[in-house]
Amino acid sequence: MRTALFAAVLLAQIASNSLSAAEVPPGTKLHPIQEIVRGNGTEPATLDPNKAEGRPESNMAVELFEGLVTLNPDGQVIPGVAEKWESREDGRVWVFTLRRNAKWSDGSPVTAHDFEYSFKRMVDPKTASQYAWYLGKASNVKNGRAIVEGKVPPSELGIKALGEHTLEVTLEKPVSYLIATLAHGSLMPVPRKAIEKYGDKWTEPGKLVSNGPYKLAERVVNERIVLVRNPHYWANAKTVIDKVTFLPINNQSAEYQRYRANGIDMTADGGVPPEQLKQIRREIPNELATWPQLGTYCYVFNFRKKPFDDVRVRKALSLAIQREVIAEKLVGTGETAAYSFTPDSAQGYSPIVHDWQRWTQAQREAEARRLLAEAGYNKNRPLRFELLYNTNEGHKKIALAVAWMWRRIGPVEVVLVNQEWKTFLDSRNRGQFEVSRYAWIADYNEPSTMLDLFHSKHGNNDGKYNNPKYDAIMDRAKSTLDAGERTKLYQDAERILAQDFPTANIYHYSNRRLIKPWVKGYGRNPEGRVLTRDLYILAH
Amino acid sequence: MLKFIFRRVFLEALPTLLVLITVTFFLIRLAPGGPFSSEANVPPEVMAAIAAKYRLDQPVWQQYLGYLADLARGDFGPSFKYKDFSVNDLVYAAAPVSFRLGIMAFIVAMLIGISAGITAALKQNTWVDYAVMGVSMVGVVLPNFVLAPVLALVFAIWLKWLPAGGWEGGALAYVVLPVAVLCKHYISVIARITRGSMIEVLSSPFIRTARAKGLPMGYILRRHAMKPALLPVISYLGPAFVGIITGSVVVETFFGIPGIGQLFVNGALNRDYPMVLGLTILVGALTIFFNAVVDILYGFIDPRIRIH
Amino acid sequence: MTTLSAREALRLAKPLPPLPGLDESINLSIRGRSLWADARRRFLRNHAAVASLVILAIIVLLCAFGSVASPHAFDEPDFENMHAAPSAETAHWFGSDNLGRDLYVRTLLGGRISLMVGALGAVVAVLIGTLYGATAGFVGGKTDSVMMRLLEILASFPVMFLVILLMTFFGRELWLIFLAIGAVSWLDMARIVRGQTLSLKRKEFVEAAHVCGVSTFGIITRHIVPNVLGIVAVYATLLVPSMILFESFLSYLGLGVQEPMTSWGALLEQGAKSIEAAPWELAFPATFLVTTLFCFNFIGDGLRDALDPKDR
Repeated sequence: MRTALFAAVLLAQIASNSLSAAEVPPGTKLHPIQEIVRGNGTEPATLDPNKAEGRPESNMAVELFEGLVTLNPDGQVIPGVAEKWESREDGRVWVFTLRRNAKWSDGSPVTAHDFEYSFKRMVDPKTASQYAWYLGKASNVKNGRAIVEGKVPPSELGIKALGEHTLEVTLEKPVSYLIATLAHGSLMPVPRKAIEKYGDKWTEPGKLVSNGPYKLAERVVNERIVLVRNPHYWANAKTVIDKVTFLPINNQSAEYQRYRANGIDMTADGGVPPEQLKQIRREIPNELATWPQLGTYCYVFNFRKKPFDDVRVRKALSLAIQREVIAEKLVGTGETAAYSFTPDSAQGYSPIVHDWQRWTQAQREAEARRLLAEAGYNKNRPLRFELLYNTNEGHKKIALAVAWMWRRIGPVEVVLVNQEWKTFLDSRNRGQFEVSRYAWIADYNEPSTMLDLFHSKHGNNDGKYNNPKYDAIMDRAKSTLDAGERTKLYQDAERILAQDFPTANIYHYSNRRLIKPWVKGYGRNPEGRVLTRDLYILAH
Repeated sequence: MLKFIFRRVFLEALPTLLVLITVTFFLIRLAPGGPFSSEANVPPEVMAAIAAKYRLDQPVWQQYLGYLADLARGDFGPSFKYKDFSVNDLVYAAAPVSFRLGIMAFIVAMLIGISAGITAALKQNTWVDYAVMGVSMVGVVLPNFVLAPVLALVFAIWLKWLPAGGWEGGALAYVVLPVAVLCKHYISVIARITRGSMIEVLSSPFIRTARAKGLPMGYILRRHAMKPALLPVISYLGPAFVGIITGSVVVETFFGIPGIGQLFVNGALNRDYPMVLGLTILVGALTIFFNAVVDILYGFIDPRIRIH
Repeated sequence: MTTLSAREALRLAKPLPPLPGLDESINLSIRGRSLWADARRRFLRNHAAVASLVILAIIVLLCAFGSVASPHAFDEPDFENMHAAPSAETAHWFGSDNLGRDLYVRTLLGGRISLMVGALGAVVAVLIGTLYGATAGFVGGKTDSVMMRLLEILASFPVMFLVILLMTFFGRELWLIFLAIGAVSWLDMARIVRGQTLSLKRKEFVEAAHVCGVSTFGIITRHIVPNVLGIVAVYATLLVPSMILFESFLSYLGLGVQEPMTSWGALLEQGAKSIEAAPWELAFPATFLVTTLFCFNFIGDGLRDALDPKDR
């Protein structure tokens, strides 16, 4: 218990040393015009942080708003609107002290009431947020789940303003990684006045009031979103970029062409067209930035469909995959071969090496052949199944390569089935697949966001893997406050996965972008966020 | 004429639209995957809250009646995907962009297509004819998704004459490449149809008679050949015009143009029912309108075809 | 067919265009050469058409059997030779794709499905479109109104949902590709044919046939349809490429050809992405596609001239 408390206080101290602002080294020659154009993947579904669904939305949320905590360029949690925090009652209650100079873009102060309003609004069924479950499930805030289930009114959420600048968060049970979960894009404060005045239209330019480094200036759906400096932002003096334009271009080659024509300074996350990789490496190698991401690409086996309830089949198929070939040759933008589900870079995790990971590929294939034969598959009775993936050039490429690797180990006949995204989701959610592409990107930087997926009660456990022993370990990890002990539990969990093979892990994602050489200030945030607030433009 | 318009609008157009709305309303809901399904499986309680907000918890027929009632007031409903906007907002902003682009491409396509077709017909089986037909064949075969990146590569990256994308309210420099890509297909088709039908007309007896009388070719073309030769072109132009306005998806996505093509595709992919319905109604209305215009033009060009 | 042969006889008898309305009666007294013999003769005189036929035959044969010549399999990846340039040494005569698979074999393989899609799609579009359009235009009145409104509904319904629904109800079947392609491709054709029919139906020979008591169906099939074939042939050759490309859109939705099988549409789409880095990935399939379409075009022209009831 004491360790946890100590860790939390320590974290707050370390964090307060780094600034949430651009750190321009002395002597740097800045460009006279500090404006930047960035790709943003697709048009955000909304600018309302509480309703954020994915990357494009949460990218905008963290540019416009600032939560209790925020991330520094390298992805470490640093104070945002909250100056400091401490845990009480053995980590069951957390008290945040907000900085007094935090202001909305209309000049009014950001108070603890704003956070209380926002968090309650988010879990309120009337708001209909897709992330309504987050505060309850990930952060374990008191009554979070019950409110979502409609059993308790939103006003009962375990969050309370103890004054203008003090916020108290009460949890169901102690969660040591609470702070990490609070950096989520949906947990920004929202302007109560504007929302009550304009209703759903409050996110329009001119109506949207924000408390982050930038405010909304212009929005043309499917063309651009323009943000300009928010002069009332408490660290405005440290912000360098005056104006940032986000372009929602979901066609990678289009984005690449505009990048090359100097219409874009930084592509969206993942904005590196694989077909152009050779050319990029040859002509602009220094503009390709890649670093590890907290996410895993894999194939999930459906336990409800025979023969995938047979561990020998799952293990054989998993062993046959030449992960290095896929990660390095087929994808090749900093991805790493995945033997475990949790990426090595996750905070609070320490990688382990499985037995079969040490084998050579030939040994793995020999074992795979043996297992398949043992499971009763031979030339006369081949293992025949469908591999489902959503339509995408990259997924197709990997599916083809893996199907070929599977055929190499013997009597395996794979039929590739691609479906358009929504149809694919429907098939997967309803369990209408045998083996399917599966990918998970962390919601916060902690192994539980990955490993919880295999809990028998998790909504995204699409393969319906069910191992009571595994559930018990994950349940224990959740309430274990000692960081070292928790790491051990996560390792145990990974060991079980490495025996049961609910998935065939393929690679850990990387963050990859094309960035013009004059853009500086970005770090290697494993969650992929690159905040404009941290950037600056060199003279060029 | 007034009677014709009245009949066309009230006895034909409106019932047609109603059938279209009804069919679309029910069929798109049968497609797998709902508007709010996402990769992170949303808990059923949250899903229920979302459904309630968008009236999706009601029986389908009730949703249908509700939709018709809203529609009668001119309200196309909220967008399920873009939660900050209603369908009206989005279409209102996007339609002028697509119209502007489409009309420019249409005019270019008509001017070039018809003149190239006539030239080819007049010089039938000479190198001119072969050249026009060859180029137009390539034009039909070359897909937009090939032409767009090539043009961007040449004019934006190598020559640096034009921007590689963006709209900027339709500034000239931003319009050139999209229009070029968009009109390519239509130029080719119009040229080929014009040529085919012009050859047909030129070999018909009344033209022969005119030539036998010694009338100059230019005069024959203008006074006699032009109108009947354009008839099949005109029946193509109706659907083509709607297609050019609404179907420029590749062009819009590649050049980042905020038009209705992008809205339509994203709407369909995201199962944004009100968006798809709204745009289907728009496309339907345009189709009906331009077909009516084409029918009127028929009567104008060929007096023997009476508007009945 | 006898009707047309009589018409042909008339054509030989006098240089003026015939009055096809009189066919029925003349038919009894004059026996000319069969339409087909005459058409063949006229077709064979058209050098461009004959050459195209030969080239098309070669392409078809190549697609069917050409892959035997290559040492590579169509679905074998080669991670050491991805995006390899054409070379005789590696026996990747057309280069290799993004998985190192041989493009020569894949281009020929893709031709099979694309040729089938193109040909069958065109047939469906021509058959349905011509009959539908001719009927609507000729019968006119309420029938025309209803038929045209139905066309407008079909043309406005979002295609993507149509395809997804087809797949949901019938699963992934090859014939669905043709159904889906056929379903969307005949619409414009029908409108064009209807337009032509409107002007044809006031022509003397049609009225004459009417007077002679020929049934509506008879007039449509024997008099209207042959006379709109010219424009139909032109438009049909324009449809083939769009259908071949449409097939790759179907693949996107999960219908259509599944990897590791391929089609020209799919290869083109793939090639377009690496146009700068590996232009051969686009060039070879595109060359095949363009050549094929040119051939279709010339053959279409030749057929039209050979079968045209009117004198040239």
